[in-house]
Amino acid sequence: MNAWIEKQKYLIDFTLSSLARRKAKNLGLLLVYTLIVFLLASVMLFTHALRQAAAEVLVGAPEVILQRMVAGRHDLIPPGYLERIGRIRGVQHKEGRLWGYYYDPVVKANYTFMVPGNQDIAAGTLLVGAGMARARGLAVGNLISFRSYSGKLFSFTIARILPHDSELVSADLVLISEADFRSFFAIAPGYFTDIALSVANPLEVRNVAAKLSQQFPDSRPILREEILRTYESIFNWREGIVLALASLAILAFAIFAWEKASGLSADEKREIGILKAIGWETGDVLKMKFWEGALVSLAAFLIGYLAAYLHVFRFSSSLFAPVLKGWAVLYPRFELSPVIDGFQVATLFFFTVFPYAAATLVPIWRAAIADPDAVMRG
Amino acid sequence: MPVARLSHLALVTLACAASLVAATFADAAWLRQQRAGGMAQMRDLVEQLQLTDLCLFTEARYTRHLSQADLHSAFQDHPLGLEHFPTGSLVLPPTRLTASHERLDRETEVPD
Amino acid sequence: MIELKGIHKAFNTGRENEFHALNGIDLHLPTQRVTAFRGPSGSGKTTLLSIIGCLSRPTSGRVRLGERDISGLPERFLTHIRRQTFGFIFQQFNLIKGLSALENVMLPAYPLGGNWRALHERAESLLGDLRLAHRRAAAIEHLSGGEQQRVAIARALINDPQIIIADEPTANLDTGLAMEFMAILENLHAVGKTVILTSHDPLVVDATIVHQVIDMRDGRIVTPVPIAEGCA
Repeated sequence: MNAWIEKQKYLIDFTLSSLARRKAKNLGLLLVYTLIVFLLASVMLFTHALRQAAAEVLVGAPEVILQRMVAGRHDLIPPGYLERIGRIRGVQHKEGRLWGYYYDPVVKANYTFMVPGNQDIAAGTLLVGAGMARARGLAVGNLISFRSYSGKLFSFTIARILPHDSELVSADLVLISEADFRSFFAIAPGYFTDIALSVANPLEVRNVAAKLSQQFPDSRPILREEILRTYESIFNWREGIVLALASLAILAFAIFAWEKASGLSADEKREIGILKAIGWETGDVLKMKFWEGALVSLAAFLIGYLAAYLHVFRFSSSLFAPVLKGWAVLYPRFELSPVIDGFQVATLFFFTVFPYAAATLVPIWRAAIADPDAVMRG
Repeated sequence: MPVARLSHLALVTLACAASLVAATFADAAWLRQQRAGGMAQMRDLVEQLQLTDLCLFTEARYTRHLSQADLHSAFQDHPLGLEHFPTGSLVLPPTRLTASHERLDRETEVPD
Repeated sequence: MIELKGIHKAFNTGRENEFHALNGIDLHLPTQRVTAFRGPSGSGKTTLLSIIGCLSRPTSGRVRLGERDISGLPERFLTHIRRQTFGFIFQQFNLIKGLSALENVMLPAYPLGGNWRALHERAESLLGDLRLAHRRAAAIEHLSGGEQQRVAIARALINDPQIIIADEPTANLDTGLAMEFMAILENLHAVGKTVILTSHDPLVVDATIVHQVIDMRDGRIVTPVPIAEGCA
């Protein structure tokens, strides 16, 4: 056993000395490889943690949202709908929500204006999300003016900034009193953006939804479970595209690695011949190459994964911000609660370490089984 | 005096990296605890304000309120088509949308 | 003792360029002697040497090493025998570029997995014996031809083999270095090693320490081989 370990160490000694000869090339390779692992692992950790966060946070979302559609567009709920819902059995609580979008030309950002149902906001004051406050450079007590869609200018005082910790759900929120909302967006009393319902019995939710769509054919109910499912599958499909792109990168890398390994230079072939002539077995040469592949890919995996972990959970996925932002100016700064799926990590390990080790090992085979006397004749 | 062996150097480095990777799991548990307050705060906020979506993409209304998106405004193009808004390419339309579309197709609740 | 009987070696068998390098070699090589094969290039010296050294197998014929018939052994066993019994000094030295002199010397011992410190010390002492201690950390390509050959000799000795095989050892050396090599050879013989070499360098084949010179031509032995003269 000791001799076996010692022998593996000798083989590692040799393979490292060999790698050190082409330092720049091999370090470059390790860097590219690490970068690929880093990207894949970052996407993986980020999306998994985000899905988990959505599942954890959105359980508090309304059980049913009733949205009215007119000519294929989201439209206001006219007066009378709210009262009619009261007649559906099982509905415990119903409430008209008021919310809408506002494009702020000053910083070219979109805000979500919303009237909180549970608290009263003094007229002329706003509660704003931390992301929005950052975008406009606002502090409590500041004055801010918005020109409404009707052209009128409205001024508000910032009463409070929502906690930074909750940016993942509140970054762009502007909470406003109902009266201000109605006059700012020119929405007549009795109209609502949509209706939030709570249902006493969770098993009744689907029945209530069915009754709602029967009673309000122009409206569509959105269930909480559908909201949760939306976020459960967020990135799943398009993440597939990201993964497809990444796998292209991996494929390119595989070709590169294969080329590097299979395009065995005459020098390398000669070296293998020498090793065999001085008493190395075919198996020793293969083991030596195996260690090369294993060390390089293991190093790339470990470093790449570590960097990804730090990136996603310690540096708030800062590299993804531009991607998630798109053309928007306002981007929430959030710290995800780290949830790591061990199975995912294992999968990543397998798909990054194994192919490279194989790619270095397979082409060497032919050279390794060559006759050892080749060096005598060469 | 023999010089340091490359194999020892490499194995020790890898072992360190491996233990750091193992440490990420411990760090994750610790961070989870640290950030539990923030999570609870968000859950409360969602409940109080009756929020329906995560504020991930603020550039377009169908990505800002992903779950509230309607069938017609966004995703009107082929799923593989390039979106006008870049983040629209990152997320898929809620599966429910096509399902309700199906309902529109087949059922006629109101007599014609 | 090495015994060869009816050794034939053909390359590219069955093809247009089929080529017979050895045509029936019968040979008996005693231990602790210095034997030289002499002949023009293409006479089969090197092929014969590689068969003796278990680097390749004859197309037909038998090879006995001591009491053991090794002609039918699979490659694995041949490799074992090779690294225990033979040390090779190649014409082109065949050192591995980029590695240090010391690493090159240690290479044949790597698959044996012995104690590293002991191996390290042994390699250093071999280099010291060959006056190369100061060059041990230098990359092989920075060494002169003579230094490279001495590294190759140290490498051949690292596993303490009984038989040293040298293919045209002085072909790439000037007269001074060739003389030096012969001195090293003498030392090896003095410590009881068997040396088998090929050469057409008069400096080698006419040297007094060479006990036996065997002339070869067209894959055959042309000088009558004297029967071992009472050497063990």
